[in-house]
Order: sequence, then C-alpha cells, then structure tokens
Amino acid sequence: MNLVLDSVCKRFGEGRDAQLVLDRISLTMHTGQFLALLGSSGSGKSTLMRLVAGLEKPSSGRLSLDGQPIRGPGSERGMVFQKYSLYPWLTVAQNVAFGMELKRLDRGEIRERTAYYLDVVGLSNAARRLPRELSGGMQQRVAIARALAAEPRLLLLDEPFGALDLQIRESMQEFLYGLWQRTGLSVLLITHDIDEALLLAQQVHILAPRPGRIVQSLSLELNQRDLRELRISAHFQTLRHEVADTLRQLDRDLL
Amino acid sequence: MRARPPCWSAGQEEAASGDLWRDISASVLRVLGGFGLSALVALPLGIAMGANTTFCRLLEPLLALLRYMPAPAFIPLLIIYFGLGELPKVLLIFIGTLFFNTLMIMDAVKFVPRELLETTLTLGGRRRDLLVRVITPFIAPQVLDAFRINMAAAWNLVILAELVAADSGLGKHITLAQRFLRTDQIFLGLIVIGLIGLLIDLSFRMLLRRSCAWAT
Repeated sequence: MNLVLDSVCKRFGEGRDAQLVLDRISLTMHTGQFLALLGSSGSGKSTLMRLVAGLEKPSSGRLSLDGQPIRGPGSERGMVFQKYSLYPWLTVAQNVAFGMELKRLDRGEIRERTAYYLDVVGLSNAARRLPRELSGGMQQRVAIARALAAEPRLLLLDEPFGALDLQIRESMQEFLYGLWQRTGLSVLLITHDIDEALLLAQQVHILAPRPGRIVQSLSLELNQRDLRELRISAHFQTLRHEVADTLRQLDRDLL
Repeated sequence: MRARPPCWSAGQEEAASGDLWRDISASVLRVLGGFGLSALVALPLGIAMGANTTFCRLLEPLLALLRYMPAPAFIPLLIIYFGLGELPKVLLIFIGTLFFNTLMIMDAVKFVPRELLETTLTLGGRRRDLLVRVITPFIAPQVLDAFRINMAAAWNLVILAELVAADSGLGKHITLAQRFLRTDQIFLGLIVIGLIGLLIDLSFRMLLRRSCAWAT
C-alpha cells in the first residue's frame, strides 16, 4: 500500500464565493503505517479524508493509491464514520457481512470471515443483536469490523471515537492500537483529540485552519507498550502541551 | 328480551340477503385498485424525487400545486370523461392519494443518513446497491406508515364517489337508506365502514411490526 497526495487543493463554491478549504496538501503513506491528521474544526481534515475515500474530487492536485489515481470510492479504502453508519435494520453479523455480500463472496466464506472479524473486535456474543441495542463504543467496533471484513488496503477513520464518552474513548483507543499491532493494517486517522493522535500514530500531521494546510509533521517514537502508562508519563505530557500550544496559536492567528 | 340496536337486525337482514357483502366487496375492490395503483406509481416517483435533486426541483412545485386541488373537485370531470363505471372511482382514489404518497416517500428518502450511503460506497457498493440494499430497506417502515395514513383518505374518497353515483358500494348503501329514511341502515353502513378502516389500519401496523421490527 502506497498512498500519495500531491499538492491537493479543494475549493467549495464557485466564483467570488469560492472558499479554499485545503491548500496544497502533500503527503505519502506506506503499508503498515499509522498516520494521524490532527487539526481543529475548519482545518478541512474531514474533507481531506473524503478526498482519499473518493467521496469528493480535488479541485487540483493528484491522489493515488499504489500508483492508481483515486477516482471514486472503492472497497480498497475502507472508511469508518463518526456515527450513524450502521445499517439499523441488519443485525451486527449482517452489518459485518454487508461488504462481502456486495462482492458476492460465497456464503461459507462470508460466514467464516464474519465470525472471524466479530471475534477480532470482541463482539462474537452480540452477533444477532440490532445496532440500536448496542452502546456507542460497541457500534463503532462493529463499524470497524465491517470495514476490515472488506479487506481494505487502507483503513480511514474519521473521528471514530469523537461521539463517545471519555472513558470509553480511552478504552477504544487502546483497542484500536492493539488491533493495528496485531493486524499490521495501514491506518489513516482524522482527529481533533491531541492525545489520540500522539498516542496511536507513528506520524502526525498538524493541520492549520482556513485554509487547511499541513504546518507541522511529527514522527513519533514513543514507547507504546503500555498506553495507560504513556498517557501519564512526563515526556508525553510535555509533547502534548507543545502540540496544544501550536494548535492554540494557529487558532489565535485567525481571530 | 334483550334490546338490540336497530342496526343489528338491519345487519342480519342485509347479511342474509347478500346485499351487504356485495356492497362491501365493491367498495373494498375500488379502494384496493385505486390505492394499489397510486402506491405503484408513488414508490418509484417518490424514490426518484428523493434521490435526485434535479428531478425533485422539476416536479415538486407541480405536485405541491396538485396536492392543494381537492380530489372531490375532480368528480364531475371524471364522470364526464369516464362515465359511471368503475374507472372514475378508481381514478378518484388514485388522484386523491398519489401526491401525498409520493411526497411522503420522497421525504423518507431525503432522510436516509448520508453516512449510510457513503459507507456503502466505501464498501464497494454501486448506485444500484444504494437503491436496492440501502434506501429501500431504510424507508420501508416510513412507506408502510405513509400508506397506512393515506389509506384513510382512500376510504373517504370511495364513499364520496359512491354517494355521487354508483350502483353498489357502501356509499350507495347509505344514499339508498337515506331515500327510505332507514337510519338503522345508515348506521349499519357507517359502522361497517369504520370497522373495515380499523381492520386495514391494524393490518398495516401488524405488517410493520412483522417486517420492520428494527424500527418499532
């Protein structure tokens, strides 16, 4: 997997009302990488994610995955939204199987892989339940399992835990980190949560708002063996404050 | 001896002669025909309007205008064009329910969460999959509910059409009873109409509970 964004711009509207949302974004990403895009609201980070997913087209610049230009959505780039993305009429297992059914895999394989991915996210017991019977954290785990079951080369997470309570968010972050380590996935995470970006990702791009642009890129080599430990370590706290200052400064420049 | 309401004996008398069954089946068939036709047209039209903004902008003003024309006002035209047979009655029900059905289905489609459609695309779904596998199941409960509500209008209209001109049906039953001052027969007609309406309402509710348990 090799994702390349080459001076990607995105404008909304036309003529005088045109608004530049993303300004010359360039980045690359390789197999197995966990990359985070960190920015406050208005930084165009969701738009950037939608461009990678193929749900929007760039105004200029190029996006490609493994040398192929990105022209539209496809199952090699699985996406998890912040909320409202489970099919409410399908059970948990049917939700996970949905992508495989679109691909018309045979029944046996679908059943096997559904069971496997439900197990991966720890929801084997909930297979027959409806989404509305699940907590927010469980729903997001189903959405992740569903995206994984389609076997994407790249997993796109658009503030996947943004709607969850703090406690649940922390345990979901640990879950996601464990998942990434076990599976060797390539993950592109969008977030405004500084802790989340710094804890999980190997590389963090900080986006400035209006227009969205990358102002700083951090390569992190933290000891992530114990996320709980890491959260409270002095080194992490210092880093966190630095990034928070950067973001605050960027927002202040706008006022 | 226990006193029974006079419409009870009227009912027995009518049921025995078979007239009541004939009137009920005539009215029910007209409603089923007109409403079925309306549902058949409203479904694709409403979905197309909900899913396609251009199509919606073209048709919505027209539908909004037509919706404000009371269906009963079409009766004279329908009689002039199509006579006194079954067709004008079926068409009246069709006209009177089509716009409401279409607009309600259109609204249901508009409220399909964007995330649900986009997730489907990122899972490898195509436009056809959106329609068949996402939009249709998502709107099913609202469609059934819209049908249940608009069915009441269909019943109003069939009775109206039969009051004006018909040789069978529950509306006809009532006008005939009026001519002979048979209030017991009028009450019988009203009660039967109410009961059938209630029965239809309940069957829609049951269908909704059975087929769309996730939404109830």
